[in-house]
Amino acid sequence: MLIKFEVNGAAVEADIEPRQSLADCLRETLHLTGTHLGCEHGVCGACTVIVGGEAVRSCLMLAVQADGESVVTVEGLSNDEALSPLQAAFRKNHALQCGFCTPGIITTAHALLTEEPDADADRVREVLSGNICRCTGYIPIVEAILAARAAYGGKQ
Amino acid sequence: MKFPDFDYVSPASLDEVLAILAERGDAAQLLAGGQSLMPILAFRLSAPEILVDLKNVPALDGIEIADDGVRLGARVRWRDIERDASLNSAHPLLVEGTRNISHYQVRNRGTVGGSLALADPAAELPGIAVTCDAEIAIAGGAGERRVMAADFFLGAMATSLAPGEVITGLRLPAWPVGRRWSFMEFSRRRGDFALAGVALFYDLDTEGRATGTHMGVIGASDHPHRLTSAEAIINNSRLDDAAISAAALAASEAVDPNEDIHTPADYRRGLVKTLTGRALHEAASR
Repeated sequence: MLIKFEVNGAAVEADIEPRQSLADCLRETLHLTGTHLGCEHGVCGACTVIVGGEAVRSCLMLAVQADGESVVTVEGLSNDEALSPLQAAFRKNHALQCGFCTPGIITTAHALLTEEPDADADRVREVLSGNICRCTGYIPIVEAILAARAAYGGKQ
Repeated sequence: MKFPDFDYVSPASLDEVLAILAERGDAAQLLAGGQSLMPILAFRLSAPEILVDLKNVPALDGIEIADDGVRLGARVRWRDIERDASLNSAHPLLVEGTRNISHYQVRNRGTVGGSLALADPAAELPGIAVTCDAEIAIAGGAGERRVMAADFFLGAMATSLAPGEVITGLRLPAWPVGRRWSFMEFSRRRGDFALAGVALFYDLDTEGRATGTHMGVIGASDHPHRLTSAEAIINNSRLDDAAISAAALAASEAVDPNEDIHTPADYRRGLVKTLTGRALHEAASR
């Protein structure tokens, strides 16, 4: 099936099987390997991307369901020139170690802070419950997301 | 963990959906948010020939608050409920229960109709529907029918939905001002399936006694059900400690928990007792 959608601001087309997940379409067909696949059944959160402004698990969505949608992946949240405020906050707070879960957490945090720039620590923790990280113990991730709020118009 | 091969269609009307279901029978599987169906397909627990995506069927959308209650379209997502501020007064029990459903990303896609159709014994919405005497609207080849939630959930992953039928919505009876309520569940980690959960509400009569008590339980039997013996203890009481303790004990004796890898049956029974006690205390203090 031919689908047309937008990925990181660019119009794309993909000729795919109906059974292909959005995650596999992004990685295998569009070669956007920043989106990571951990469990492939909706538990770990590593594959989180933003569809229509909302964080979703791309392993639990078919690529055909993205037809006509606007998708943002972790590649769309950075540029080659400088770290984004969210990236900078992750670096400063040591909010990643192995980095496998980081794309899913960055996309989740971006969707959250875009909609709720004043999210407090409890809300950040609640949202992060959908992303598994086995390195950091989460505390530096929460600190990084809270520190990035100002860049989204929230309180410091 | 790749999905089995299937065809995909996204019809633009309910009539088209029903026609496809009539033609393809068991080979067709409805798709809404996919947050339970996709893992089921990934594990190859099901292998439908064709997925019928409801995303282009507008008749299944919308949250309506009216004098006779709250109507949720089958495609309403948990996120839609969380975002609708008017539901905080129109149905606070629904809002609180929804906050307990899975994780942020899943709540962005999971739907009312999907949860009802799946009938997971630990799911929040089926428990709230049974507790509140909600009515499930169903469309089929023979027209529309409505079924009370208590008659809909038959067992674990089993409902009275007939082949070829589609859930179109859920209607929760109106929520009066001043109603006392609580929703509590326990899971090992936030967002995990509840090991057990309790939903309850009652109104106060002019003497300050509980009346019209409704109590329901999830996760502790093979389907959500009311706790009628506990309700009888709370009705006409002033929710003193003795009444709450007696109701919590009655609730724990009314469930039929599974013994599984997560917990021994007695543990779930104990959770029902503890959660019922806590929920009644919370309701009384609102």
